[in-house]
Amino acid sequence: MSERLTGVVVAHSELAASLLAAVRAIAGDDHGLAGVSNTGCDRAALLRSLDAAIGGGPAVVFTDMAGGSCAFTAAALARGRGDVRVVTGVNLAMLVDFAFHRDLPVEEAARRAVEVGRTAVGLVER
Amino acid sequence: MSVVLYRIDDRLIHGQVVVGWGQRLGIGFIVLVDEGVRANVWEQELYRMGVPPAMDVVFATVAEAAGHAAEWERDPRKGIVLTGDVDTMAALCAAVPEVRKVNVGGIHAREGRTERLRYVFLTEAEAARLRELAGRGVEVTAQDVPTAKPVPVAELV
Repeated sequence: MSERLTGVVVAHSELAASLLAAVRAIAGDDHGLAGVSNTGCDRAALLRSLDAAIGGGPAVVFTDMAGGSCAFTAAALARGRGDVRVVTGVNLAMLVDFAFHRDLPVEEAARRAVEVGRTAVGLVER
Repeated sequence: MSVVLYRIDDRLIHGQVVVGWGQRLGIGFIVLVDEGVRANVWEQELYRMGVPPAMDVVFATVAEAAGHAAEWERDPRKGIVLTGDVDTMAALCAAVPEVRKVNVGGIHAREGRTERLRYVFLTEAEAARLRELAGRGVEVTAQDVPTAKPVPVAELV
């Protein structure tokens, strides 16, 4: 079994905190997930906050938009760390699933999150 | 159409610029004037990822921007020229006197800066630079998103 992964949601405004509140409501607790907001941060400040939230272990970073300050900062940080992967377009389904699969290797967990997140997006038939 | 926005934003190309201003103004190209990014191909690729395929992104030094400014002004599309700090925008304005309006879009908290607006923090030197720009006839206002009211430079510095 791998070291349990940390998950960090980095997003605009209050989105990360709100997503984590929803995870707690569904899954009972944070399950190793932390949230970071870009509010009031330039790139350097956001990088410091994200680095602190990730800590020293393997982690998956979830960002809201593929472009933008959150994704850019996450990608810049992950570039220097082989044990950190970045997933863009975070949604609640992928976070809840990740909460229960934190024992996967980081690469596998990140790819799984992308698949689960994609599957969760659809058009409800009438 | 020409460059419709000269903006200072320390997050450079990000959601507010691409979506907030880009969609509202119908932007066809973005010029990022930043010496560091101009020299870093990996960062350029990352910034391109965040921009719709129909929107061109150009990376330039101040000198390169000055050399291409007239060409961008003749471009049939609308464009945004971005810098990450006050000094770079001041240098650009000095090199391109045709720049008559500057938007302060986001300069965040850092040691030595004091809060002027929720999204604008300035050192005294940065405030002085903006005053100088205004004194040369450049209209300097702060406005993070298009739906916000522009705040005149006199209220910032």
